[in-house]
Amino acid sequence: MFYIYCPYCGEHREEEEFHPKGEAHIVRPEDPESCSDEEWGDYLFFRNNPRGIHHEMWVHAVGCRKFFNITRNTATYEILETYRMGEAPSITAESRDGQASTGAQAETSTAQMQEGVRA
Amino acid sequence: MSNIVDDKVKTFDTRTEAKVPVESPLAYSYRRSGAPAPGKDSGAVLRERPFLGHLVLRGGAIVLDEALRSVLDMPLPGEPQGLVVDASGERSVQWISPDEWLLIVPGGEEFELENRLREALGDAHFAIANVGGGQTLLELEGAASSELLMKSVIYDVHPRHFPVGKAVTTVFAKTSVILRRPSEERWELVVRRSFADYVYRWLLDAGEEYAIGVER
Repeated sequence: MFYIYCPYCGEHREEEEFHPKGEAHIVRPEDPESCSDEEWGDYLFFRNNPRGIHHEMWVHAVGCRKFFNITRNTATYEILETYRMGEAPSITAESRDGQASTGAQAETSTAQMQEGVRA
Repeated sequence: MSNIVDDKVKTFDTRTEAKVPVESPLAYSYRRSGAPAPGKDSGAVLRERPFLGHLVLRGGAIVLDEALRSVLDMPLPGEPQGLVVDASGERSVQWISPDEWLLIVPGGEEFELENRLREALGDAHFAIANVGGGQTLLELEGAASSELLMKSVIYDVHPRHFPVGKAVTTVFAKTSVILRRPSEERWELVVRRSFADYVYRWLLDAGEEYAIGVER
């Protein structure tokens, strides 16, 4: 069970109030007409499934009904931060690579993490 | 009063002169599930406040706050999860989301209030929706009411976490409610009309051990 901090409500709420909405920061192609089928298909259907740090969009469905982003470690389920829509994450796979071997990430070695993470 | 505030928005009074029988959302529940009378040893007393005026205000906090102050002499709650009740205790406004507030006033006031708010807001970017037909307000009072809520909602209702003047939207059993605490001993539940019977029967069942009574 997650205990999620909603950046709009300003407090922690139970997971039951939220819905996951998939990968965050997916940018719609500026000119869909000029996309190749592969580019458009990639935008519509294909998502990253990294082992390690992942940015996800969630919605506080029962509470304030706002969408926001969560940076989560998919291997340990640890939620590292939540931030509002339109904001940039302060923790990314790159920024965590340096710290990964310092012991906090005992379960997943640096090599394993890098293997699965796509920027 | 005119039914048209400006060219763009047409408003209408949902309460008409016509003699149409109105029933509270719990009318059926009272008939089907009964309503145990509150006794001396009732730890919790349930009371419905039907037919109140519920308005949802959406828009920028600053313009809405100004309009509400000028029309109702009430400020918008400054904090998330805030609840502001006026001196009479009859009118309240609560935070729902960063751009949404729920205003509850005595039944019959809402149409005039909506029009006055629209006038005060003028050209601002906003929306006002009358949701009074879609939800109803239940009041829960008594020493055991917070214990009853602990069995029903996932939100922590301990007084340290849920002081007077707080209002949250949360999960209640298998539905959602807006849970409010206007005063030390009283809780308010704003429930959807279609779920009112479910919530009512859940409360009767969960409150049985506290000898819950229903005031009608």
